[in-house]
Amino acid sequence: MARPVAFSLRRRLVGQLLALAAVLALVLSLAVRIGAERAAQATLDAVLGSAALALAEEMRAEEGGVVIDVQPATFSMLAAMGEERIFYRVDIGGQTVTGYGDLPLPEGLPTTLAPVFYTVPFRDARIRVAAVARSLRVEGRASPVLVLLGQTREGQGAIAARLGWQAAALGLAVFLVAIPLALLVARSLTAPIDRLAEAVGRRGPRDLRPVRDPAPRELLPFVTALNSFIGRLRGTLSQTETFIAEAAHHIRTPLAVMRNEAELALRQSGEEATRARLRGLIRSADDAARSAGQLLDHATVLYRADQADWARLDLAEMVRAVAARLAPASEMKDIDLVLDIAPALPCEGDAVLIEAALRNILDNAIKYSPPDTVVEITARIEGETALVRISDRGRGLGGAAPERLLRRFRRGDNVGDVTGSGLGLTIVEQAASAMGGSFRLRAREGGGACAEFCLPLV
Amino acid sequence: MRGILFAFGLMLCALPALAFDIEATQDFGPEAPLQRLSVLSTTDTAILEPVITAWLERNPGLGLRYVMASSQEVYRAIAEEGAAFDLVISSAMDLQMKLANDGHALALPADLVAGQPVWARWRDLLVSVAQEPVVLILSDSALRAGEEVPRTRRDLIALLRDNPERFRGRVGTYDPAESGAGYLFAAQDARLSDTFWRLAEVMGRLDARLYCCSVDMIEAVRAGQLLVGYNVLGLYALAGHSEGLTVVELEDFTLTLLRTGLVPRMAPEPEAAVGFLRYLLSQEAQALIARGSGLAAVEAAAFERNPHLRPIRLDPGLLANLDPVSRQRFLAEWRAAMEQP
Ligand SMILES: Nc1ncnc2c1ncn2[C@@H]1O[C@H](COP(=O)(O)OP(=O)(O)OP(=O)(O)O)[C@@H](O)[C@H]1O
Ligand SMILES: [Mg+2]
Repeated sequence: MARPVAFSLRRRLVGQLLALAAVLALVLSLAVRIGAERAAQATLDAVLGSAALALAEEMRAEEGGVVIDVQPATFSMLAAMGEERIFYRVDIGGQTVTGYGDLPLPEGLPTTLAPVFYTVPFRDARIRVAAVARSLRVEGRASPVLVLLGQTREGQGAIAARLGWQAAALGLAVFLVAIPLALLVARSLTAPIDRLAEAVGRRGPRDLRPVRDPAPRELLPFVTALNSFIGRLRGTLSQTETFIAEAAHHIRTPLAVMRNEAELALRQSGEEATRARLRGLIRSADDAARSAGQLLDHATVLYRADQADWARLDLAEMVRAVAARLAPASEMKDIDLVLDIAPALPCEGDAVLIEAALRNILDNAIKYSPPDTVVEITARIEGETALVRISDRGRGLGGAAPERLLRRFRRGDNVGDVTGSGLGLTIVEQAASAMGGSFRLRAREGGGACAEFCLPLV
Repeated sequence: MRGILFAFGLMLCALPALAFDIEATQDFGPEAPLQRLSVLSTTDTAILEPVITAWLERNPGLGLRYVMASSQEVYRAIAEEGAAFDLVISSAMDLQMKLANDGHALALPADLVAGQPVWARWRDLLVSVAQEPVVLILSDSALRAGEEVPRTRRDLIALLRDNPERFRGRVGTYDPAESGAGYLFAAQDARLSDTFWRLAEVMGRLDARLYCCSVDMIEAVRAGQLLVGYNVLGLYALAGHSEGLTVVELEDFTLTLLRTGLVPRMAPEPEAAVGFLRYLLSQEAQALIARGSGLAAVEAAAFERNPHLRPIRLDPGLLANLDPVSRQRFLAEWRAAMEQP
């Protein structure tokens, strides 16, 4: 039987968690990085802005020009944050008065004393610039003043990058811790499945009760499906059994009716030729009924052999029962059944099969023996097995190979007028092998046949 | 490529008329070296000569062209002319800072920068190769018997104020309007202490004489024209014979100038420049400089031993010194202090 393609839920779960955690670490890193960048930018902008404001506010007009006080301390402070480079520019009335004349202006000129921030490439670096505008009274006229103060932001990027990496590392660490946890979770998740499988696997072959073991809600659809499958199987099996029983009924009943009618006719008829015919008809009906019985027995044996529904039983007890059941038939022929049976022979098997086997063996022994003979039935322990031996002083096997006689519908050449279907030994042989036992038929020394039926002892 | 660059560099150096003024040029090493490193510096050739010789001995086949110019010219050569030099060493910290800030410097290798104390470098662009205290020099005849050597600016102010007839016309200092270094020292003084302005007033009242250079001031003191030289670069004061004068590191604070080096972005031989710079910063070379010239080695411990020593901060705060508008205002204020009725 081909196994379905197997994949591991656990591995899948861990794989998905891994992917999820990687994505999480990445997102975390990016988020922290962007957040840190924003926070650092806001902080640094505040410092830069207030420095630019201070520079703008301290400007004043005096005789002989505008006083601009560029404080070394301001630049030192701005540069100290991560050793940045500093650029500045002061325009009065649109004319660059001091600083870097090529420092780019903001897109929209600031209107009030609130600084405007922008980032531009300058020299070989990207710089953040704070622009502050105000107006100054120079020589009696109001002149617009623009102060630009710029700094590189390498430190800011470095801080953000470092925080980003730390966040990524944290994400990764969390994720590493999560792996064993995920495995544990996966195990505890799949445990109910294992338990259920074990409970179902432990069941006997004939145990077709619905599964009632506790199962998590998520597995309920599976359990329900399983139970409905078991239900259908049980239905099919009982249908088969019913069919066999019904078939037996349907064949046997009309045969019995036919036989009764023929017997009635025989009693009423005085004509010898008709009576002979009627007797032949009755024999044929018996034959047919017998054949039908054997066929049904055979079908039952096949079916029950597959079921392997074994139970502990006492073989000695069963031999005695079968002997008792066939005693009337042996008495009719004045055949003595000599029993030599051990007190108890504990075996494991199907009582129906054993009964059918023993019945067929004993039936043969009586059937193929002349009147006034003895059939010996012994049952005892032999080694690891329980052995039932049934020996007669009948016509024997007539030189036929015993194995051939075991085949289906095969009858011996010596049967003469004894009726039979040739299924009896097939039933015996199949029953024996189904239960781990064996069957042997051989000619008996001094005439007659000897049949041996073995079952393993418990 | 390298060959072409090199040839190009040589060609530039060999050009007879460079657009900036050169004070001296000297070639070290073999006649036709495999590779010639060109150094532009404000430092006297003689001071670095032992180091250069030692370095060339270790690197046979290399040559070194040492070009000396004033600090303004050094700045102009790199910032405006784009002259092809491999290493620029200057005592004008502000101009060097501006070169680095404006993107004219090449990043130095991390290991070289990491070895330097924080105050002796800026980013990975600028490193200090030597430090020099800015000192007060006194002629032996400046002090009468029983008078103590002034230890602070306050002492100096008291000495000058109490003896106007002795010091009139015999006090000298840098002219900040003329000298970049003088302006840097004055601005730093003003930033660190209010006594500077009082000192300026006192010196103004005594008709202080203004000089462009340390050498001239030292000469004047030695010749007896001056009794006091204020804000003199230690290097020059100590380099010559020091008999007849006293060098004082004022204890309230003594500025310490850093001579800094950078590799310009246009350097034809940046690797060789880094190699020389690495040697220059090594203990061996620092010892050579200290022994030969009295130029103090870059040493963090110096500041721990002498808490009065203040290294001038090597950061973009120096850019404020170069702001022409601020400079005018400072000079106006200084002049006002000096020229009192
Ligand atoms: N005890 C016996 N003595 C002599 N011959 C036997 C004996 N048992 C079986 N045989 C021979 O083996 C043949 C097969 O036996 P089997 O029981 O299968 O068929 P059957 O007895 O002829 O028919 P059925 O039992 O189905 O009514 C018989 O026809 C018979 O020839
Ligand atoms: Mg039979």
